[in-house]
Amino acid sequence: MSEHNGLTPRPHSGDNGAGAHDASTAMATVEHVGPIADPGLPHEGPRYTDVNTSAGNRAYVQVLGMLALVPLLAIAFVVCYFAVPKDWVFDYGPLHSNALHLSLGLTGGLAVLLIGLACIHWAKQIMNDHEMVEMRHPASSPAEDRAAVAQMWDEGAADSGLGRRKLIGGALVGAVGTILLPVVVMFADMGPHPGSGLRAATIEKTLWAEGVKLVNDVTYEPIKASELEIGSLVNAEPENLKDEHGAQFVREKAKSPIVIVRMEPERIKIPDSRKDWHVAGILAYSKICTHVGCPISLWERTTHHLLCPCHQSTFDLGDSGVVVFGPAARSLPQLPIAVDGDGFLVAKSDFTVPVGPSYFERDSRHDYKKGDN
Amino acid sequence: MASRAGVTDRSEATEVQTPGKPHAMKPLSGVLGWADDRLGLATAGKGGLRKVFPDHWSFLLGEVALYSFIVLLLTGVFLTVWFKPSMAEIDYEGSYQLLKGIQMSEAFASTLDISFDVRGGLLVRQIHHWAAILFVAAATAHMLRVFFTGAFRKPREVNWLIGVGLFALATIEGFAGYSLPDDLLSGTGLRFVDGLIRSIPLIGTWAEFFVFGGEFPGTLVIPRLYMVHILLVPAILLGLIAGHIGLVVYHKHSQYPGPGRTEQNVVGYPMFPVYAAKAGGFFFVVFGILMLMGGFMQINPVWKFGPYNPAQVTAGSQPDWYMGWVEGAIRIMPNWEWHLGSTTWSWNIFLPGVGLMGLLFTALGVWPFVERWITGDTRNHHLLDRPRNAPTRTGLGVAGMTCYAMFWLAGGNDIIATHFHVSLNVVTHVMRVAVFVAPVIAFLIAKRICLALQRSDRERVLHGSETGIIERSIDGSYSEPHAPIDIDAAYTLTQHPVIPVTQATPGLDENGVPDPSRKVSRLRATLSHWFAGHQIPKPTRAEIEAAHHHGDDVDGVDPHGPDQNGVDQNGVDQDGADRAVESAQNPRELSARH
Repeated sequence: MSEHNGLTPRPHSGDNGAGAHDASTAMATVEHVGPIADPGLPHEGPRYTDVNTSAGNRAYVQVLGMLALVPLLAIAFVVCYFAVPKDWVFDYGPLHSNALHLSLGLTGGLAVLLIGLACIHWAKQIMNDHEMVEMRHPASSPAEDRAAVAQMWDEGAADSGLGRRKLIGGALVGAVGTILLPVVVMFADMGPHPGSGLRAATIEKTLWAEGVKLVNDVTYEPIKASELEIGSLVNAEPENLKDEHGAQFVREKAKSPIVIVRMEPERIKIPDSRKDWHVAGILAYSKICTHVGCPISLWERTTHHLLCPCHQSTFDLGDSGVVVFGPAARSLPQLPIAVDGDGFLVAKSDFTVPVGPSYFERDSRHDYKKGDN
Repeated sequence: MASRAGVTDRSEATEVQTPGKPHAMKPLSGVLGWADDRLGLATAGKGGLRKVFPDHWSFLLGEVALYSFIVLLLTGVFLTVWFKPSMAEIDYEGSYQLLKGIQMSEAFASTLDISFDVRGGLLVRQIHHWAAILFVAAATAHMLRVFFTGAFRKPREVNWLIGVGLFALATIEGFAGYSLPDDLLSGTGLRFVDGLIRSIPLIGTWAEFFVFGGEFPGTLVIPRLYMVHILLVPAILLGLIAGHIGLVVYHKHSQYPGPGRTEQNVVGYPMFPVYAAKAGGFFFVVFGILMLMGGFMQINPVWKFGPYNPAQVTAGSQPDWYMGWVEGAIRIMPNWEWHLGSTTWSWNIFLPGVGLMGLLFTALGVWPFVERWITGDTRNHHLLDRPRNAPTRTGLGVAGMTCYAMFWLAGGNDIIATHFHVSLNVVTHVMRVAVFVAPVIAFLIAKRICLALQRSDRERVLHGSETGIIERSIDGSYSEPHAPIDIDAAYTLTQHPVIPVTQATPGLDENGVPDPSRKVSRLRATLSHWFAGHQIPKPTRAEIEAAHHHGDDVDGVDPHGPDQNGVDQNGVDQDGADRAVESAQNPRELSARH
């Protein structure tokens, strides 16, 4: 509290701040409007390391010590790199990690950190710590430069002849503008053009077709209707997916996954138009969310709700897949299914509407809406 | 400066130097002479070597971002030595047993190789990811510092715009980066981007086919993102960062107000050696901490997620933090979609995804010009605002942060629901309201706090600081003595220019003639009143003199009525106050006023 002895002007502040002030008044931009005049820069007293020689020496030794540790740590890093086997595991307390990885991080990190700490310690404790004052210059150019440039511009404009032959300027702009057209057109081959034909062959079509067996998505075993219990959910793929390879396999797999659920037929709503799309309460729906295309997987058997883990859109599989919650706007597409002669589930056709997220050209008039029949 | 060890007395010596002060010099010789003969380094060095940079912890935020970026460049180069940006499907043959023989893309397999078979590879991968997270975080914090202190004002508007560009590009760069490993999480993120691109009205499907080279996912998107991630965006970032720092050097750094710090000077430490050692050292500190984080803190363990499989997803999956708010907006958006004829307009994805990001960057970009239009302030500003002295701006900033935070929280609505055992649907509905209501409440509270702080500044200048000591007088009354503040503090609390409130110019002058000059519209005057009205007036010189000269005899000036008998009669500060008044009448200081 002792230095808080009133609004006391510093007895010595005269020389100190005045210089800065006199120089500054020449370039005033914002007027000084406060009720108290600028007392000028406070004078900084010496640091502890300035007045106490042994403290100064201690700081010196500390900086040297930190810098001396760096080569040791760097050597330790190299030794660890070659000496620690790749498969050693360090397991102590909360740390469970590859020993080589950990030792490199520790030695390298400490070495780099010590360089930084040594520099900052040096700057704060040993270097001259007196603040300096530098005057600002306006961001704008001096008025004479502006005038000179304006004049040079006028001279150059006169030299160009544009004043009398104006069309050159317009023609140049037009020429440069049109030369951009080929540049843009060059990118037209970035991808195939999704006209209606290509859309029908790609994003509006899946591997599902009449007679394609529904198979378990891990084992590729066909699924018997009699094996499904009430309340169960099975992730499935079309049997012909395994014939696809490479990139085409992934593309098809991004569209064709389905979930098969079995519910009690009397406890769900089946519209007349979909009377023959199910097999004794076994229904198949696209697994690809109609919002942004995440595979939906969280099944609540008592409510027949299927929840997307990405953005929580919720669909009622007991009501033709209508949206009951979340950001999705369209029902999950249902796949019409039947049983073949051996009792295996098969598709009756492809999906009747495109699966997955919306796109501009999508004709969404045929999607199932709540209350349709 | 507060940590000056035990030395508080002020000595006579003053050490204000001007850069380039002539010494007994020896001319450059040796290597420097050789170089100067060819490059003219001395002239450049003359201007820059002892350039002054002010010191404040908040100025380190931008430095952290810069140093993280350098760490990203260094570690990124190392990663490119092994990473294969290919979506060709291969069987994994590396040393991670749990995925042996599994089919995956070459991109994912090479990420596993970096993590398990390249010594130090996992360390560098993790440093790179932590540095990316820190880069965006530090840049965000730096941007908030610039906003709240008004450092975007003239002449720094262009640098603010560069900063907004850097902020947007950093987000894109980070997203492109974490999509590259082609693990389950990044593949799910790409699928989301596919849905986002598709949702663009009119051109969505075409944009999707162009970006992915056909139908999702194809084989081209990772090689293309790789080009974007390691060449295109870093090159633009590098150029913008160079411009950003170049303008800081040209304008000279802004500084916080205080005694001796004016609009015309900059007070701080010289570049060589102090600032170079501090800033250079700080680079190593940031790098060292990132290395330790890379060593000790796991990030993005892609081997646990497995390769991308479009039929799988994990519950509770989250993007990197800076995409969280967009994720939240996507989650809480109502399911609005238009079906017009044979077309689909996917507002439920386009508005929160593309629209909201566009809105944020546009709002940030135009703010300096909007504020300038409202206040009509065309002056240069090198002294930073204390946030309380621009209450409406500060309130708006806090409202923006709150809105962002609400969207960000909504990005974890499932995690909130499962951790706190509340209904997911309720959380979503609450967040839908909160993104609109919480910012308004935050604005009102923040503005009120600013005004309260202004009031408290005024009180401190007029009556001193509360001491926390309760004294009982002889007649039994209790009071708290106030300790007067020193002139440095008092100056700092009163130096700020008050933002003026503009009045609408009447449409007609006194002769009934329309006045075309100095037109201030009614809208602008209303906004100006909203922006700058209601501020607590600064104490005037007369009020300060009255408060100190006449003690607290003046009724109504001092709200601490009971200590009428307190401060002055205890003799704590009476003569200090007298000297203060003398100081205010000191001819030198009067001469400094305009």
